[in-house]
Amino acid sequence: MYAGQSVKRVDAFDKATGRARYTDDLCDRRAYVARVLHSTIANGRVVSIDTSEAGKLPGVVKILTCFDLKEKHYFPTAGHPWSTDPSHQDVADRLVLTDRVRFWGDDIAAVVAEDEVAAAQALRLIRVEYEEYPFVLDVQKAMEDGAPQLHEEFPNNILKHTQIRIGDYQRAILEPGLTKVEGWYETPVVQHCHIENFICTAEVEGKRIKVVSSTQIPHIVRRIVGQALGVEWGRVRVIKPYIGGGFGNKQDILYEPLCAWLSLQVGGHLVKLDVPREETFICNRTRHSIRNHIVSWVRPDGTYAARKLESFSDQGAYASHGHSICAKGAGAFPQLYPCDNVEVDAYTVFTNKPVAGAMRGYGIPQAMWAVESHTEDVCAAIGADPLAFRRKNLMPVGYVDGFSKNEMYFDSFNQCLDKAMAAIDYERKYRAYQNQTGDVRRGIGVAVFWYNTAVWPISLESSSCRMVLNQDGSFQLQLGETEIGQGADTAFAQMAADVVGVPLEKVHVISCQDTDVTPFGTSAYASRQTYVAGFSIRQTGLMLKERILNYAHELTRMPAFNLDIVDGNIVRVTDGRVLMSLGELAEEALYSLTDSRHITAESTYQIKSNAYSFGCTIAEVEVDIPMCKVKLLNIVNCHDAGRLINPALAEAQVHGGMSMGIGFGMSEKLMFDEKTGRPLNNNLLDYKLPTMLDHPRLMAEFVENYEPTSAFGTKSLGEPPACSAAPAIRNAIYHATGVAVNNAPANPHNLFRAFTEAGLIHDESQGDRNV
Amino acid sequence: MYDIKALYEARSVADAIRLLQEHPRAQIIAGGSDVLVQIREGRRAGVELVSIFGIDAMRGVGYDDEGGIRIGSLTSFSHIAASPVIKDKIPVLGEAVSLVGGPQIRNIGTIGGNTCNGVTSADSASTLLAWDAVVELTGPEGVRRLPIRDFYIKAGVVDLKPAELQTAIIIPKVSYEGYFGHYIKYAMREAMDIANLGCSVNVALTDDKKAIRDARIAYGVAGPVPMRAPSAEAAAKGRAVCRETVDAFARAVLCDIHPRDSWRAAKAFREHIAVEMARRALTESIRLAGGVIDE
Amino acid sequence: MSKQYKLIHCTINGKPREVMVDVRASLTDLLRNDFRLTSVKKGCEVGECGACNVLIDGECFNSCIYLAVWADGKDILTLEGLEGPNGEISDIQQAFIDEAAVQCGFCTPGAIMSAVEILNEGRELSDEEIRIRMSGHLCRCTGYENIFRAVKKTMLKRLEAKKAQ
Repeated sequence: MYAGQSVKRVDAFDKATGRARYTDDLCDRRAYVARVLHSTIANGRVVSIDTSEAGKLPGVVKILTCFDLKEKHYFPTAGHPWSTDPSHQDVADRLVLTDRVRFWGDDIAAVVAEDEVAAAQALRLIRVEYEEYPFVLDVQKAMEDGAPQLHEEFPNNILKHTQIRIGDYQRAILEPGLTKVEGWYETPVVQHCHIENFICTAEVEGKRIKVVSSTQIPHIVRRIVGQALGVEWGRVRVIKPYIGGGFGNKQDILYEPLCAWLSLQVGGHLVKLDVPREETFICNRTRHSIRNHIVSWVRPDGTYAARKLESFSDQGAYASHGHSICAKGAGAFPQLYPCDNVEVDAYTVFTNKPVAGAMRGYGIPQAMWAVESHTEDVCAAIGADPLAFRRKNLMPVGYVDGFSKNEMYFDSFNQCLDKAMAAIDYERKYRAYQNQTGDVRRGIGVAVFWYNTAVWPISLESSSCRMVLNQDGSFQLQLGETEIGQGADTAFAQMAADVVGVPLEKVHVISCQDTDVTPFGTSAYASRQTYVAGFSIRQTGLMLKERILNYAHELTRMPAFNLDIVDGNIVRVTDGRVLMSLGELAEEALYSLTDSRHITAESTYQIKSNAYSFGCTIAEVEVDIPMCKVKLLNIVNCHDAGRLINPALAEAQVHGGMSMGIGFGMSEKLMFDEKTGRPLNNNLLDYKLPTMLDHPRLMAEFVENYEPTSAFGTKSLGEPPACSAAPAIRNAIYHATGVAVNNAPANPHNLFRAFTEAGLIHDESQGDRNV
Repeated sequence: MYDIKALYEARSVADAIRLLQEHPRAQIIAGGSDVLVQIREGRRAGVELVSIFGIDAMRGVGYDDEGGIRIGSLTSFSHIAASPVIKDKIPVLGEAVSLVGGPQIRNIGTIGGNTCNGVTSADSASTLLAWDAVVELTGPEGVRRLPIRDFYIKAGVVDLKPAELQTAIIIPKVSYEGYFGHYIKYAMREAMDIANLGCSVNVALTDDKKAIRDARIAYGVAGPVPMRAPSAEAAAKGRAVCRETVDAFARAVLCDIHPRDSWRAAKAFREHIAVEMARRALTESIRLAGGVIDE
Repeated sequence: MSKQYKLIHCTINGKPREVMVDVRASLTDLLRNDFRLTSVKKGCEVGECGACNVLIDGECFNSCIYLAVWADGKDILTLEGLEGPNGEISDIQQAFIDEAAVQCGFCTPGAIMSAVEILNEGRELSDEEIRIRMSGHLCRCTGYENIFRAVKKTMLKRLEAKKAQ
């Protein structure tokens, strides 16, 4: 059995030696270089673009502007499965270049040049004349009557509003003796910051367009490039080599359509569009900033009588993944702490900011920031112990969600909390850090998270797998699910080796995907790779095995049902005798003069289930109040992700998610100039991604409850680790200081404001301090 | 690929001066960690450059004839931090430059570049200012020396005449002997960051360690250029080593500094932190000098 | 405007090289384009991410902000240079594999080269010192935890081996 073992990553050697090839490494040097000209206003219309000076520069091949776009094929960008039902299709609001500008950084023209210096020079020489409109950056101001309108078909800029109503909130709050707890909790715009920027290349090959892209979703790129160019989807071929991280940003169509269009404008020549870091921050996707308003009515016995959530999600300028992100967070609200009377109103609203899309956690990090900060506030208001309160009110064992039919099969929350508490010595520290005084104080805080694997029943869930047997008994394994750094290929190989019965090294995972040959799949998102691929790997592996054993029957005259494949050998199960190796069989099968077969198997499995994935974070901090600084001393995450296929890689996934959660909670925030809408810190110096020095040791713990809906007992782990770290840190700061930082991140700017308001620090110019 | 119009590589200081005279529009590139970034940004695209990177004679740390510490302007931050002379005489300078960017930046970044770019956030600058460093400038007319506080003219502008280059930074013996100092960098993360505020303090105590003979304090990012806080210095000089002195010193900095309100940090926040940094940096300097603060 | 070139001599991964370089080129451009040393990655091009880190005369530099002409006379080592003639890999590369310190792999080459600089010092660094010395690499996948483990483990192993001699 390989599932459950910490085998080495199948791609680790190539990556640790520099042999792994990423998009730019594959690009031929003859490629033209494309650069995009972005708008320098936040809202308006391009009146004219003067390219005369830029066009004269040596090395400039062609300059294309929004006015050169003769056929307008609007396309959606979300990396969602396509829906044949038009009412479920994503909003198609993008063009490869636009004259109607909706954020500072919108794409209005592009330069194709022989090298990057000529391209950059040309960009600087293009003159643009705009008609400027007023713009709006605040999500709630954008909803007001009279606010600047981004898209005519969405009045008050509301992309979508959804409601959840359970019981009767208005009546429930009349119950005598209730304590009302109310708060606003806001998360900032943040960016994925995968270290490989988005990059793609495009060229015409025969009558088709070949795109190589650093994407999570090659088959979706094929469809959308087809839509954007107005060509049949089969005329587009997409190749996805190794990618340097994605985290959801590359679960969106970024510049593949533009790059393909540019190639067509220069006679099909190879064009490379390598997005600079500064543009990756603002012209790709961001995480939705969400402002949440929560009101809870709590009984004296520490249970909820009624709860209300209002969620305002800042979509930025275009729809991308749109409301699905806010809706996921809103959907978690009545489930995590079930209550008989709940009102939820969730709004996704356009503003003149960069486009928000998918980012690790898909709405849940924002929701958990709000819900778990609020839970702490509730505990403080009624004098409850934060742990005891959570244990009492969290989703109980046996809970079933009416919509997804997900069931809480195990006591995951209590198990995870127990394990995390033990790992970080919670009880002792919690007591020791009560009622501190002085400049430097410590605190410890908890947050839990809710997550569900995959997208069923909202969207299609399917996985396709192909196995092709070689002469030596090894086989190629191909899947529509993609390796994006998370280790999916390794988990796939482990599962496939187990199902077929071969040593791990006999499984050759084809990592580089090519939509011409890779089985169809909607690819890497929703923490679903191992879960959904498990079904098709199991089904296809059993199919391959059956074909192999049927052929073994021909060769051995033993009935196939008395045969098995064990460790790469054909074995008679009745006495365990090895009859032949799989290699001997495969060679004979291919070259037999009497019965030659190329033994392969391929199948699609449509998944109509989904699984909860739960866990928690506990964080310990030291707060230097006068310096407005927080040092994270210890942090632990504990997850129930079902059975772990590869514990070492699972642990590594958790570390990465925790790191992202730490940045989200403590330092990261993309800022915009209120006067112009211009981004202020769209580079890796001014955007505070944590470094190795900003982290303590990261601890990852697991509870392994075998997931009954899953082909291998596993469920999501990719995104969950990013969901609860930030509110746990916030709650630890609260424990240390009694100050609630409700606007993430808890960086020195916000701490200064919060500590000043709380009277913990004083204006130094006003005389003596007395902390 | 950088948008560079022409590159002239100097082999010696004299060669550099000649090249700068021959190409009056050319700008100097030392380690390049600022210049190249600005070329890429477009701010300096299409420049002519005189590269002084290859002038090894401008590297190294040693003593001059008067016992002053002489740091070649091309000496990298990591080499300054590793220098036995620095570790022995002004460890705070090594500590300060060890907070610049990250390790790779400290290998390419030079102390000359850090001061000649006239940037207020430079981690070396406040410490050099606080130790009364002198810059050595070499040009067609020969060598001149200038106190570093006079070297800074305004944001991004330093007193470099045409065809002149900074060849060394000197910390005179009188400036360092008997002084102990501490630098605090205030930034949003622990590495790869630019200071929101930098504060360098040093003191000389009386022989009995009971009083402050001299105290010096300089800030980065408290104004358009690195600056001293004379009111604070006056508030500490000659005073007893005690908590009141430290607090008076710290509060007095507000009479001197003018931090800016910007998206990087609010003025009120910077002022608050500046006081706290002064308090802590002086406390630590006194401790290093062997003093004990009476609480 | 005519382009300006310069002939430089340097050693790259142990081999003496003579190459004509465009004075506008960065060392990243030279290594990637002229020598196809594609372990040298581009993540920001302004010296903030560390993906293009290489050793020059034993010290780490972000090759994106290092002019190619400056490589004249220098000894340059990239990740490819750690491999032996028969494809053997170094202990630090193996440690990155064993400790699951590799995920997307994009920061990996640069991070390994910083580890090489540290390990070559042959002394024991504290945990804090390791973190400081590795802090010039941004990684979004690993939270740095396993990178830290790989570096520390290799350092201790080497020190033990040295002691045993």
